Amino acid sequence: MAKNKEETVLITKDGIRHDGRKREDLREISFEVGVLDRADGSCLIEWGRNKILAAVYGPRELHPKHMQMPSQAYIRCEYRMATFSVPDRKRPAPNRREKEISKLLGEALDPALFTYLYPRSVIDVFIEVLQADGGTRCAAITAASLALADAGIPMRDLVSGVAAGNLSGKVVLDLDDIEDKEGEGDLPIAYLPNLEKVVLLQSDGIFTPDQYKEALDMLVPACKKVYQLQRKAITDKYSQINDAVQKDIDAEAKAKPAKDKKKADESKAKDDKKDKKKADDGKKSKADKEDKKKKGLKKPSKKKDDKKQASKEKEAKKD
Amino acid sequence: MNKITIINYSMYGEKKMPILIQDRSMVTPGEVIAEGDFSIGSHVYRREKKIVSQVIGLVTIKENFVSVVPLKGKYLPRVGDLVIGKVTDVSLSTWIVDIASPYHGVMRTSISLARRFDPIKDQTRKIFDVGEVIVAKVFSFDRTRDPMLTVRPDNRGGGNSPYLGKLVGGRVIDVSPSKIPRLIGRRGSMISTIKHFTNCKMIVGQNGRVWFKGNNFEDELLVLRAIEKIDREAHTTGLTDRIKEFLEEAKKQMTSPSKEKKSDKEKRSEKKS
Amino acid sequence: MTKKGLISVVEREHILSLLNHGKRTDGRSFNEFRKIQIIPGYVQKAEGSAIAKIGKSKVIAGVKAQMGAPFPDTPNKGVITTTVELVPVAAPEFESGPPREYAIELARVADRAIRESEAVSNEDLVIIPSKSVWILFIDIYVLDHDGNLYDACELAALGALLNTQIPDVKIVTNEKGEEVVEVLETTHPLVMKHTPISCTFSKIGDNIIVDPNYDEESIQDTRLTLAFTEENKICSTQKGESGSFSVEEIKKCIDIAAERTKDIRSQLDKIVDPQGYPWSEESS
Repeated sequence: MAKNKEETVLITKDGIRHDGRKREDLREISFEVGVLDRADGSCLIEWGRNKILAAVYGPRELHPKHMQMPSQAYIRCEYRMATFSVPDRKRPAPNRREKEISKLLGEALDPALFTYLYPRSVIDVFIEVLQADGGTRCAAITAASLALADAGIPMRDLVSGVAAGNLSGKVVLDLDDIEDKEGEGDLPIAYLPNLEKVVLLQSDGIFTPDQYKEALDMLVPACKKVYQLQRKAITDKYSQINDAVQKDIDAEAKAKPAKDKKKADESKAKDDKKDKKKADDGKKSKADKEDKKKKGLKKPSKKKDDKKQASKEKEAKKD
Repeated sequence: MNKITIINYSMYGEKKMPILIQDRSMVTPGEVIAEGDFSIGSHVYRREKKIVSQVIGLVTIKENFVSVVPLKGKYLPRVGDLVIGKVTDVSLSTWIVDIASPYHGVMRTSISLARRFDPIKDQTRKIFDVGEVIVAKVFSFDRTRDPMLTVRPDNRGGGNSPYLGKLVGGRVIDVSPSKIPRLIGRRGSMISTIKHFTNCKMIVGQNGRVWFKGNNFEDELLVLRAIEKIDREAHTTGLTDRIKEFLEEAKKQMTSPSKEKKSDKEKRSEKKS
Repeated sequence: MTKKGLISVVEREHILSLLNHGKRTDGRSFNEFRKIQIIPGYVQKAEGSAIAKIGKSKVIAGVKAQMGAPFPDTPNKGVITTTVELVPVAAPEFESGPPREYAIELARVADRAIRESEAVSNEDLVIIPSKSVWILFIDIYVLDHDGNLYDACELAALGALLNTQIPDVKIVTNEKGEEVVEVLETTHPLVMKHTPISCTFSKIGDNIIVDPNYDEESIQDTRLTLAFTEENKICSTQKGESGSFSVEEIKKCIDIAAERTKDIRSQLDKIVDPQGYPWSEESS
């Protein structure tokens, strides 16, 4: 081990870390919301080499009954690591570290939720670490808050987590596994970015008071940065569907002329009532399609304008 | 991303009140929608002067009223709601009903039934058995006790109130309860569109359960596809028209004789291409 | 769309009446699998890993290699242990805690196909006979449960094994004259002799279907899993649930399973997709 320490330079004089990051740089973070079919809400986070799955079930009935709380929902959080998530196989049974983190994460999520809306129920938050590479509890709580939002549970705010560390006396953000093991200190926090409140705070290793304060000052903007990524993950998911719908409409608008011809032929060839009705329907849809074609032409550049237009048209129809 | 771009000042009230997010745009939990003396609806909360969203959803601003329509979420019972439930347990005088909510529904023979119930002669299991699907009304609920359901016709309320009781045959599916208004449509326009094209019977529960029964499997499958489409695209505009088009297309392919023999799967793939 | 644990009478009747008309709820034929996908190498920290997807069911398997002593009765054989965890992420009815019967049966069925077919070359796992061998832990986690976990677990385990890299070792003699194993930085792929693939049937009423989804599974009368090697030999069988099969039905199942597993194996290079993204929505 001692050998290793000399080999890997954790941070150079210029503040460049072993993986090329600067002091305040975070690793690459990506989210995918709603990845599981059965769960009420779910989120996968890939934070550097961390791969963590969070799933939310509930609010649902709590068993055993004596654990029910008469005036609020109980948040049951469970953080588990897969046996193959770490270099040496982890034993499948939960260890003390996992139990502690589960408790802390549950308590950190509580202030972000309107638990009083669901008395006597339970909100289950399950976290499965598939691959661990330092900073899993921060990544886990970030993913868990997105899974809760995905489940539609009323929240005061999202929760964003980042860890700071002490490498040879320099404060850095977002330690990976090597830095976590070789560095002098680790300081994970979770933060409510809009309410500006710290909900999870731990530290191990050595920090001077000045370093500690510096770390906190660096962590807040970092958490806000993570928050922006979280928001983007949510909005992206739904704008994807919007785009798909848009494509459908555009495609239909293009295919329209050919279809109309076909319809005309059909109605000529046959002359019973059914076909008449069809033709009528066809006219209607033709008009509709023309409307949409207009929309479609304007679409590509200005989606927002189009939305407005569509809603206006809708209003007009209703009147 | 519909980020805050325009700050327009609402015309209502003495003070100028900024609206930071436009009507019908998407918000996430913790996001500030407006600031000032607005009255607030569901799924938003006040933080000092700010009005903040609680959920992922679409903003609704009407005059000086702000609320958010969530995209997902569990059903919370309200008195008078029509719900579709599955019977999960039966005892001598009560039924426990799963209504896709954090709280299960309770029906008692004494208050929930239309006719007199004699506990010696009658058996609860013969009326509604475990696994059976019922449509009922929420009779009472205050969050401290489980919601009470009823199938008594005099609890239906006046007018053309729907059928209450056991549902036989057909299919039951779950959608997000917040999407039920979209599924019903304005003055029931969406639901009547689906019924018109598929000739299916349909009952929509406020708890996000939908029961439907058609004359054949193809029609039922079509209803299912339409509901799935609504569930997926509930946050987009012009949905009623698109559903109408979708059903028209599908129906045409079903009725035209040359394509009749095609399997459903082929039809679906055809629609996609 | 969400699915709940209890299936209603209405849904049960619907599935049954469709089956009696020769149809299935998702439009498949009786002997058709859902879309299968295997994404190998998802977890870099494991010696081997794979995510297997059958329809919406998702299962991840990781292989960890540890050095250890062989069992006294098989000194020239490596050790392979398979576990399945039904983590609560996957379904509302799964609870945390030690593995229950269902998880144990799943693990045993996946394990049996690999063990009995001698899929992994045993010589490859022996370092010093009767002293030191590789112990392979195949840990399988069910992530999303939409039925047919038996085949999904089997495919995930197979995918992970095909993807496994075993560290190279050097045997050196220390000062005391003892043989010591030194683990090198380099690795070599695990040698696989066979590729067992299983096929699971559900019997609902008189209908026998391949690859049941969650709804079908929840009303099934009985279940049969048959695993085949690439030589078209049956290497494992498991009948589950309380119903029964006739001999004719079993014979028919054998023929169908032989065909289906052959299909899957012939498309294995298409199914195994290292570039695949396991979390995106199914397009079909």
